[in-house]
Amino acid sequence: MTLLLKTLTICAVLGAADLAAAAELSLAANTTGKNVNFMREQLDKFEKQTGHKVNLVTMPPSSSEQFSQYRLWLAAGNKDVDVYQTDVIWAPQLADQFIDLTEAAKDVVGDHFPSIIQSQTVNGKLVALPIFTDAPALYYRKDLLEKYGKTPPKTWDELAATAKEIQDKEREAGHADIWGYVFQANAYEGLTCNALEWIKSSGGGQIVETDGSISVNNEKAAAAIERAKGWIGTIAPEGVLAYQEEESRGVWQTGKAVFMRNWPYAYALGNGGDSAVKGKFEVMPLPTASAGEQPSSTLGGWNLAVSKYSEDQQAAIELVKFLSSKEVQKQRALQLSQLPTIASLYDDPEVAAAQPFMPNWKPIFQSAVPRPSAVAKVKYNEVSSKFWSAVHNTLSGDGTAAENLELLEVDLTELKGDSW
Amino acid sequence: MTDLTVADPPAALQRRSHVNSDLQAQRVRSAWVFLAPTLLVLALVAGWPLVRTIYFSFTNASLTNLSGAEFIGFDNYLSWITLKSGRTIFRGLLADAAWWNAVWNTLKFTIVSVSIETVLGLVVALVLNVQFPGRGFVRAAILVPWAIPTIVSAKMWAWMLNDQFGILNDILLGLGLISQKVAWTANPDTAMIAVLIVDVWKTTPFMALLILAGLQMVPGDIYEAAKIDGVHPVRVFWRVTLPLIRPALMVAVIFRMLDALRIFDLIYVLTPNNAQTKTMSVLARENLFDFDKFAYGAAASTMLFLIIAAITVLYMWFGRVNVGGER
Amino acid sequence: MVATLAKRTAFYALVAGIIVIAVFPFYYAILTSLKSGTALFRVDYWPTQFSLANYTSVVSQGSFLRNLGNSLLVAGAVVAISLLLAVTAAYALGRVRFRGRSLLLLTILSVSMFPQIAVLAGLFELIRGIGIFNTPLALIFSYMIFTLPFTVWVLTTFMRDLPVEIEEAAIVDGASPWVVITRVFMPLMWPALVTTGLLAFIAAWNEFLFALTFTSSDVQRTVPVAIALLSGASNFEIPWGNIMAASVIVTVPLVVLVLIFQRRIISGLTAGGVKG
Repeated sequence: MTLLLKTLTICAVLGAADLAAAAELSLAANTTGKNVNFMREQLDKFEKQTGHKVNLVTMPPSSSEQFSQYRLWLAAGNKDVDVYQTDVIWAPQLADQFIDLTEAAKDVVGDHFPSIIQSQTVNGKLVALPIFTDAPALYYRKDLLEKYGKTPPKTWDELAATAKEIQDKEREAGHADIWGYVFQANAYEGLTCNALEWIKSSGGGQIVETDGSISVNNEKAAAAIERAKGWIGTIAPEGVLAYQEEESRGVWQTGKAVFMRNWPYAYALGNGGDSAVKGKFEVMPLPTASAGEQPSSTLGGWNLAVSKYSEDQQAAIELVKFLSSKEVQKQRALQLSQLPTIASLYDDPEVAAAQPFMPNWKPIFQSAVPRPSAVAKVKYNEVSSKFWSAVHNTLSGDGTAAENLELLEVDLTELKGDSW
Repeated sequence: MTDLTVADPPAALQRRSHVNSDLQAQRVRSAWVFLAPTLLVLALVAGWPLVRTIYFSFTNASLTNLSGAEFIGFDNYLSWITLKSGRTIFRGLLADAAWWNAVWNTLKFTIVSVSIETVLGLVVALVLNVQFPGRGFVRAAILVPWAIPTIVSAKMWAWMLNDQFGILNDILLGLGLISQKVAWTANPDTAMIAVLIVDVWKTTPFMALLILAGLQMVPGDIYEAAKIDGVHPVRVFWRVTLPLIRPALMVAVIFRMLDALRIFDLIYVLTPNNAQTKTMSVLARENLFDFDKFAYGAAASTMLFLIIAAITVLYMWFGRVNVGGER
Repeated sequence: MVATLAKRTAFYALVAGIIVIAVFPFYYAILTSLKSGTALFRVDYWPTQFSLANYTSVVSQGSFLRNLGNSLLVAGAVVAISLLLAVTAAYALGRVRFRGRSLLLLTILSVSMFPQIAVLAGLFELIRGIGIFNTPLALIFSYMIFTLPFTVWVLTTFMRDLPVEIEEAAIVDGASPWVVITRVFMPLMWPALVTTGLLAFIAAWNEFLFALTFTSSDVQRTVPVAIALLSGASNFEIPWGNIMAASVIVTVPLVVLVLIFQRRIISGLTAGGVKG
């Protein structure tokens, strides 16, 4: 009760101190890990600087769910949310509902990597400004690899062999719960990312090519998925079929996995105070099918867009520019180990000291594979859903990869119709 | 609530007030006035949206452009084109394997869950129908699962079914029933079982209480007589008890069936996107909001409505269930 | 003698089994909610730790208290409005004989079997159209679809069974139907009103899909949605401790209500169904 009273008093005081011109903004963002605390801190700073007030609307952790909520709200012309945090793949699908930031951002746009700005530009309209970019990494247990005299794996087969060997030996040594490799194979967008990496790094294309042709039904792609199927139950728990990022991180961070595929955010969390793997792990680029090939990482990353239904678009733009600014991105890199979209931050000594892996990441995400969202446009979600279903079916033993990919090709061709 | 002998008061009233038809007319008028708000609210909240959904299912509406919807007839349900080669290609919901998969999942879920719940509900009801010390406590205890919000029970069970840290695997391992941890919600073979476990746990109490009410209306002297005649209790159950509680059982089953056919939130939380547990409601929502196929989703919603309505009518027809009508 | 003893033991074993299965998940949720840190990931059957950290973190974080308030407001308003509407409707349906009455009752009843998803699109459009999107009104309004048919139906069966003499006496005294309802029937109907009100309250308190769809800010959400979206703050996996604490908080009022009113709830649950 006293807590409630206190909150009320604080609200009242704050309300009274508010300037007349100050706007009240709402920002919809997903809140994985420490993200929510970080966001709040930055928003407090913004509030102090500008006098505006910002409410954080928390979103479901699953990006598919988050997207359908956004779609619904935007369709409803919802005025209550001003700024949306959007996934890199959403720009083409939601472009009509967001305002053009080209004019407002013309002085800062040059600081960001052109490829990322390009991904957020739809028909010449800058839909959103990036706040961080993402390219997944292979996390490995330095201590365990050293213990068994292994080197970090360069190929998928090497990964599987090393994982199996360490897992078996650790289990013999009494560590019964340990697994070789955890990744994300729940039926959701994350599986599309994982499977795209397996396929692309095996030379199997990227589902739908940039010219719109459907390339997914090929032998190399099928082999890549079959290979991943072989991991399940041997080096990966069967549960990965229901894992998203946070579930795999849970297993990893309690010290129950030798390898993990995850985004850079897990780096800072894994080195957090309550982590069982603190200081015991390193990251490296994802493996490839054969040695010497270019590793393939799915391009991820999050952006901020301003709703065209917002009643305070100027203030909302200010907020977007603030959160995508160099200072905030630097803090984000330092605290959350999320990759900046501003080139100069990769040469920043403080960043390099706090996140030693980061400078090496620049080439990786610059060559990262985009998901076919730009080419499939509004149909992307369905393409992705059909793709992840085909992969999930294969992984869980419902049909072979070749069969499922053939079916997928038929489905996608029908979905495509005359053109995307 | 066991009183069955009350006459229909309005009938009696009407008979007596026959002389005063003025009064009766006035009563009917005020009855309609009293009904109006309820009917209005229901028409707004249920009737109109249903009409709109059905309408959208015949258009090409998209979520971002509802007002620009154009009428396209039955294309969302079924359409076909004949290619030059003479091959005919069918499109639409009725030719969509994903839809039929969802229908099949829903029916499977409904039949299995309702059957298990009926049997277990019957067992629990028979137990509760016995006089024993602490009966009130047991009755209160079984209400707990029913009162817990579906979303919360889904979360609770997701935690208990967790493959690495879940207690269920721990128990089963301890009992030696499984040799290694089972990934309940991930494995396609067990995903449906996981959903069934949670649903059975949550709704068996409801079933048990409805059946119990039926059991308590069976007059005790029937059992006395059977006992004196030395009829075996199992025979009594099949020959006497079951026929007598049939009406209560039928009603309980139909309630559960209607609920099971439209199941949504449990699956949405426990195993979203999993093809093995995707039901009609989940598929409809996915098309409405996740994909850019609002009208198609509306068609799926309409079909779901029709299927439920058809099953209800059939069941009531064959079962001779008189749910809401007069005696 | 041995046979009866064995029988009795088997019976009580069955009873014990029923209780354990019914209550265990809730018990386990409480157990989990009282743990913190890595202890969460250890399976325990008995309480080993008593930490209220999860509770304080849920309550202080974000807008959970506000969400509780919303749930209370929405569920309370839904109960009040549906009872008000249902009592008058039930009088008309239960005590006045007119053409099409059974058909009307069946129609109202059939609304309760509408799949929520089938009306979601149209309802969404309507709520957006009348401008109550993201307000408690949107939820109060949309919840009528499942509480109203149910309350009308149960109250009609109750109303039908009230003795005819008292109504006649009132009519002879020249009382209007409104007076008959409020002065004569209402006092007799309290038990029925409490039952149906409770059931409507529980239904509204537990609803998820509409609450998820028709609200769009943290401060407007109800508790079930808040729980489904609970994540973050803790930087350790999915915050199971917090989720369990929140679950316990929303469930405890219901369990208390159920325990207090169990007889009423049971009669309400079974009323319509078996009697009809």
